[in-house]
Amino acid sequence: MQQRTPIEEQIDLPFVESLRISFQSLKIRFGRSIITTAGITLGIAFLVSVWTNNEIGIALQESGRQSTINTFEETTEQGISTKDIWLIVMSLIVCVVGIANSMLMAVTERFREIGTMKCLGALDGFVVRLFLLESGFQGFSGALIGALLGTLGAVLLGLKDYGLDLFFYFPLLPAQPENGPMQLGVIVVILIGCILGMILAVIGSSFPAWRAAKLPPAEAMRTEV
Amino acid sequence: MNDIVVKTEDVVKEYRMGSNILRALDGINIEIERGEYISLMGPSGSGKSTLFNMIGALDRPTEGQVYIDGQNMSQLSQRQIAAFRCHRVGYIFQSYNLLHVRSAHGNVTLPMIFAGISEKDRNERAEKLLDMVGLGDRMYHLPDELSGGQRQRVAIARALANDPSIILADEPTANLDTITGREIIDLIKRLNNEQGVTVISATHDLKMLDVSDRIVDIRDGLVERIRNRDEIEIEVGDVGGE
Repeated sequence: MQQRTPIEEQIDLPFVESLRISFQSLKIRFGRSIITTAGITLGIAFLVSVWTNNEIGIALQESGRQSTINTFEETTEQGISTKDIWLIVMSLIVCVVGIANSMLMAVTERFREIGTMKCLGALDGFVVRLFLLESGFQGFSGALIGALLGTLGAVLLGLKDYGLDLFFYFPLLPAQPENGPMQLGVIVVILIGCILGMILAVIGSSFPAWRAAKLPPAEAMRTEV
Repeated sequence: MNDIVVKTEDVVKEYRMGSNILRALDGINIEIERGEYISLMGPSGSGKSTLFNMIGALDRPTEGQVYIDGQNMSQLSQRQIAAFRCHRVGYIFQSYNLLHVRSAHGNVTLPMIFAGISEKDRNERAEKLLDMVGLGDRMYHLPDELSGGQRQRVAIARALANDPSIILADEPTANLDTITGREIIDLIKRLNNEQGVTVISATHDLKMLDVSDRIVDIRDGLVERIRNRDEIEIEVGDVGGE
């Protein structure tokens, strides 16, 4: 019998290496990455535009200006109509489902790749980290673009409704009017949109990636999409 | 020579298919010596790929034990299994399983990244390996830009990256034409001869017969028979005519 070296423990990779691999993967898969990111952008743009539009409505109503179109018939005492709450909740749901779906698809079509990486000696944690980084980056950039587009949309709509008055009373910062509802302000709405997009993208991608990484490689590689 | 690299003890693997249980392996006992070229033969569905997965630690047996280099695989931690796949074994698959986002060179360096080898060293080694398999001039091509035979060569170079003691090849020639398949077999045989790596190959390619030291026939999840090379050479004459 020859001497038998015991099997050692696999080492952790330096963070830079994971960063490099994940960016390379995003770059080469550019077209596919853009489509996934666009899914995030659309979801967040929808949410932010509805929300900002609502903020603008409240701000201008506070200032005593009425929309030339909306008559605020349904306005409650708090100043937010149930219709608006309904719209925001709906857009939030569309956004969550849309992002979760596009991330899920993007990971599922890469199960084979996950299995292959594990064959070559990747630790489960490394695989998850790779997807965390990729989806975090996609989530943040997609959500930022989406939030800006959404705001732009809401501003254009506001201009149509209120004309240039919009800019005098633009609810940029959080405000607490004496006898009105708390206003988050557009900056906070954009921030919430960015963070939400990123969190949703990261969860939507890391969870299936973690499940795939836990599978024995043979099973991960058998998965057909 | 009595140095056992791989030993399986009553390995059973069951798959649950809905309410049915499919017994893919029904108690396999084999021993493979260091430096051997072993072919696992059998019709599709016989369980040879499942056995391949058990030996390569790509899946866990339902019952029984697999020993590699004297180590009981079921007692290894996740980190040890990852290190085992990284250092001890090189895998070659029927469908190549290259990462299509990485060039040939990038595919070969990946296992070395996992092994923590410095960038300079792994680039040099990847170039050397790709040269050896005859792809020196196509190193930076993506897998999609290579032919089937070339992709399998990349896979072979990648399998050798961390200097493994075992090469596991699952139907390496099944997607290739006869001549290309022959070249791939010759390449694997050369590694077996020159570097002393143990080759374990699941196959039903008859061309594999005349390079194998032993052939393990698998049928219905059991070892049907084990033939030595000298027992098969006569038979090869009948089928090997090209």
